[in-house]
This record gives sequence, structure tokens and C-alpha cells, in this order.
Amino acid sequence: MRYLAYIFLIIGIAQGCQSFDNRTLPILGNREAVNGDTVYHTIPDFAFLNQDSQLVTNETFAGKAYVADFFFIACPTICPKTTKQMLRIHDHFKNEGRLLLLAHTVAPKYDTVAALKKYAYNLGVESNKWHFVTGDQAAIYAIADDYFSIAMEDPEAPGGYDHSGRLLLVDKNRHIRSFCDGTDPKDVDRFIVDIETLLNEK
Amino acid sequence: MKNKLTFACFLALFGWCACKETPYQHGKIMYTNFCENCHMADGSGLKGIIPPLAKADFLQKNKEAVPCIIRAGMKGEITVGGQTYHTEMVGIPKLTEFEITNIINYIHTSWGNNLPPVKHPDVRTWLKRCEKNTKPF
Repeated sequence: MRYLAYIFLIIGIAQGCQSFDNRTLPILGNREAVNGDTVYHTIPDFAFLNQDSQLVTNETFAGKAYVADFFFIACPTICPKTTKQMLRIHDHFKNEGRLLLLAHTVAPKYDTVAALKKYAYNLGVESNKWHFVTGDQAAIYAIADDYFSIAMEDPEAPGGYDHSGRLLLVDKNRHIRSFCDGTDPKDVDRFIVDIETLLNEK
Repeated sequence: MKNKLTFACFLALFGWCACKETPYQHGKIMYTNFCENCHMADGSGLKGIIPPLAKADFLQKNKEAVPCIIRAGMKGEITVGGQTYHTEMVGIPKLTEFEITNIINYIHTSWGNNLPPVKHPDVRTWLKRCEKNTKPF
């Protein structure tokens, strides 16, 4: 009888490990049922310019996952912290070809292609790994909504712009699979594990 | 008499406990509120964009300019630890001389920094000097 209990225990542990290995991330956001099929929240089409003046669209990330965030260069509040965490993710996945980074400026008036180029250069990162994009302000603010983020011009806010500091993980099917608070290094630890989980999905 | 002595001992013990973490608690709070967003909780700054304060040679070399930089900000190129930085720093004009002194002393004794404390009268003198000069640095 006791042996049987041990056997069950071992099977249970093995089962537990297996389900941990096969852990998948949920697809986040609203979902709709269309003709009996579930339609998940999807990042819409976009087209922005990166620090090399290259057009960056959904196609840039075809077959890859990416981490997105919103920032501006002269930001006196949370941006340096979130950029520092983005840099951590960048360094962690430097040699992982299946993951890219995408930072949107919320202040395209000031953050021109040239300004973004200098910023990326100072950070020491490559354009084909980490895209810093600018473009039509209304288009950036609209897509922020799709990334569960806030981006708006606000003369009352420090630096003149208001935005959230979330980092978002988007999969190759344009679905958001995880996010974290980019100002909290501990939350980013968990987020990095989520990125690895996504990349290990079959 | 004995009671007073006991009380004094307790007070000293309490003071010691309260200050054990950092001798510049007020400076730490001010740093968290006004400096940490950019220079980070560990004083490491942001690579290539915002200079570090931890083990920064700049602090030692420019002791008298630091209070002015905190109050009035700074523009232009600086070199810290062999790396150049160009990001403009916004000053915080509302900070008092005491607050600036406490912030500097917190920085001077944190993250492996081991610089001598600055004194309030000196900070006042240095601030007066840079008030005349619109470009603090």
C-alpha cells in the first residue's frame, strides 16, 4: 500500500514538472466570438520610422516576438527607469534572433529620427535589434491603446507628456502575451521568464 | 538622576538604530523624490545617457559645482568615468541649502562612494558663487 502511495507521488511530481515545461502564456485582451471562432485582441497594422529612417511595420516583426514600450527622450520621470529595464532585456536576449524591441516616442515633435539615432547610439544598441520609432502623433497615441498603454500630450505633466511605463510582450501572431511594470526590476525578472516561456512554446 | 541617565541611554540607542541604515536618511528621501528617476536607486545612471553617481570621479573633482548643478541643472558635454554624456539635466530650484547638503552627503556615502561629507556653510558659499554665474558649470 505504501509503495503504491510512493508511485503515485512520483507520477504526480513528474506530471507537475511536465506541465511546468509545457506552460504557455495566455493571450491577453478582449476576445470576440465570430462565427463560432474566437477572435483575440490583435495589434493592428502600423507604419513608423525608426532611428535609421527605415520604415518599421508589422512585417518588420514577421515570425518574431517583440517587446514594446512608450517613452520620450526628455522625460524627467519614469522613462530612464523603463529604458534601463528595456536595456536589461536587450542584453539578456542579445543573441536571441527571435526577439526584437520596439520603443515608441510619445513626443514625435521633439524626438526626430536624428534625435532617436543619437539616443540609440549613446545606449550602444543596434537598429536591427531595437527599433526606436517616431511618426504621426495621433497614430502613436492610437496604437498605445492597443498596447494597453497611455500616451498623451499634457502641458500639466512633467516634461509635457503623460504615458504609462508598461513593457508588453507581443508574439508572432500579433497577440499580447505578457506585460510588466517597466519601473519595477522585480516585475521585469518575472517578465524575462515569460519571454523565455514564449520563445520555448512549440 | 538615574532615570535621566537611563532615558539618555535609550535615546542614544534609538538614535543609533534609526541611523544605522544610512546616516543621511533625509538625504535619502530627497534623493528618492528628486534624483532617483534618472540616476537610479543604485546610483548607476543609464548607459551612455545619464551619468552614474556611484563611484563617480566627477563628484570628487567638481565638489563645489555639484550644489549648483542640483539647483540650476546643467547643459553640455561632461565626462564621467571616461565616458562622455550630453543629456541636459533639469535643475530643482525649490531645494533649500539644507536639502541640497543632505542629498550630497547621502550620495557621498552610498553605493561604494566614500567621499568626505560637505558642510552646510560651504554649500551656501558655493551656491552664492554660482548665483552670480548663470552657467554653473
